[in-house]
Amino acid sequence: MKNEVLIDVKHLTHLFQLTKKMKVRAVDDVSFQIRKGEIFGLVGESGSGKSTVARCLMNIYQPTKGEIWYHDVNVCDKKEARKNKKMLQTRRQMIFQDSASSLNQKMKVADIIAEPMKIQHVTPKRGSFRKEAAFQMEYVGLDESFLDRYPSELSGGQRQRVAIARSLSMEPEFLAADEPIASLDVSIQAQIVNLFRHLQQEHGFTFLFIAHDLAMVEYLCDRVGVMYHGKLVEMADAEELFANPVHPYTQTLLSAIPVPDPIRERKRVLRTYDGEELENSEWTEITPGHFVLLPHSESGKGVQS
Amino acid sequence: MEQLLEVKNLSVSIDGLAGEVQVVRDVSFSLKKGEVLAIVGESGCGKSMLCKSVMKLLPPSARITNGSISVCGQDITGYREKEMQNLRGKTFSMIFQDPMTALNPTIKIGKQIAEAVIIHNKKSSKEEVYQKVLELMELVGITHPKERYHQYPWQFSGGMRQRCVMAIALAADPDILFADEPTTALDVTIQAQILDLLREIQMKLGTATILVSHDLGVVARVADRVAVMYAGKIVEIGTAEEVYYDPRHPYTWGLMKSLPAFARGKESLYTIPGMPPTLINPPKGDAYACRNEYALNIDYEEMPPMFQITDTHYAATWLLDPRAPKIESPIGGRKH
Repeated sequence: MKNEVLIDVKHLTHLFQLTKKMKVRAVDDVSFQIRKGEIFGLVGESGSGKSTVARCLMNIYQPTKGEIWYHDVNVCDKKEARKNKKMLQTRRQMIFQDSASSLNQKMKVADIIAEPMKIQHVTPKRGSFRKEAAFQMEYVGLDESFLDRYPSELSGGQRQRVAIARSLSMEPEFLAADEPIASLDVSIQAQIVNLFRHLQQEHGFTFLFIAHDLAMVEYLCDRVGVMYHGKLVEMADAEELFANPVHPYTQTLLSAIPVPDPIRERKRVLRTYDGEELENSEWTEITPGHFVLLPHSESGKGVQS
Repeated sequence: MEQLLEVKNLSVSIDGLAGEVQVVRDVSFSLKKGEVLAIVGESGCGKSMLCKSVMKLLPPSARITNGSISVCGQDITGYREKEMQNLRGKTFSMIFQDPMTALNPTIKIGKQIAEAVIIHNKKSSKEEVYQKVLELMELVGITHPKERYHQYPWQFSGGMRQRCVMAIALAADPDILFADEPTTALDVTIQAQILDLLREIQMKLGTATILVSHDLGVVARVADRVAVMYAGKIVEIGTAEEVYYDPRHPYTWGLMKSLPAFARGKESLYTIPGMPPTLINPPKGDAYACRNEYALNIDYEEMPPMFQITDTHYAATWLLDPRAPKIESPIGGRKH
């Protein structure tokens, strides 16, 4: 089951038009696959195009070029997307970074969680919308007393859980989580990450997990893609990537992970990467499942250790 | 060495609608010249409030109910706003969490830094101010200061903006720099650069720094000493080595265990059960007791005093009482 491809992104490119002549290449020729039941991590610094990829996957942006296949539907094709609108909207859900701004301040938690079901005209399985909402709340580890509260009355971690409960209410098979833990405390981050783990292992959810906290990515994700300036520069299984990073930018990122150990931490040397040689590079598979964007001259040389 | 800042038994309360909120409870610590003290804790534990009460930037409804703050041996607890204004900038200045909201988006960066320079040195000429601004921009690592002088905050990336905020904070050579979660809004690579910059500046200028953070991993790189705060109190304080390799308070254990670095290969991350208590009516006894798996009966009854472990290492937990059962620390002790 693990090898079945759920999402296939082919040569995705997205340009933002700034002025008549200026364009920003937010995502530049990115290809990757997300398999069923895995957590795919996307890392990179801010402005590297991670969120744009997620938004293209969710049909929030219409990509300039490229294809995104979800099962056998090309979601970039407007006609096809419209034909399968209901399927796409119920099976894919997104969790946004800032739960304070992605939840309606004027709605109670119960209504927020039930809203997707009302929009999609889904009959609640458990009798009423409220019962359904209570069930989802329990699922993410909040009790029923929160149902009648407003988002402003909740703490950051609780709010993020409500956002997750809302996305789960449609019982999707794919969740795109755009930096879901970036603004939370360490101990609450751990709660949310445990919840994701649980959802994946017990219920077979597929995740796209976007983050810049590499320590969490290493812990949570099965496969990881590294983005830099709109390009995917390296992709591999999490273990392989963290043990054996090849691209200089990946090495830079890994060297920046903080270690809770003062003596080792002070000795740690930061690497820098200035993005040279990004042009004229080729997407090369150096070991099975480990892809790197290598300059033309170097590709074929194999792994340097 | 001379104590630059000394806070003794400080308590701060805010009068809210639901009653008096005790945001800082009986906090004592000191800061030496050229030292980096990190304050770590969950959100809402009073870290920011502690910094703000030292700088007297508290909201009008807040008041200092007990204790004293002294800077260079001088008691500033009773200082009025006007006297505090003379101290702010020169004696202590602050770097805020979000560089976007700390800068004015409609004013050029150079001018914003110049403003801080002029306020502290009213007699200097235009040329002197300009030179000082360029100097400051170079100090915090902004390249091409002459061109960047004329740019607006939105033309800067997050890391560069944070550097500008630091330049403003350093305009009058402060003795103490408060950095309130300076890297939370930044991503990993930039975070490390900013932390290195903090360290570098502290080496160059001898500025003492109080670094507020919620992440023990981040703090390890720069801190000389670490204070762990919980529910308005400092529960453990010691040098970085002592706190990381020999933590004594169960809350410090919890914070450390919830880092993914300690969960490699484990099924799930450790989470501290429950929620931090509200500080309107703080629980009797140890505020951490109800979340603490090692809690003793006395924890629910009486507040633990600060137990001394070494000259510099203190922790407030009954586990350190000679009568308490011996409990092996679940973490730490991995000295290299």
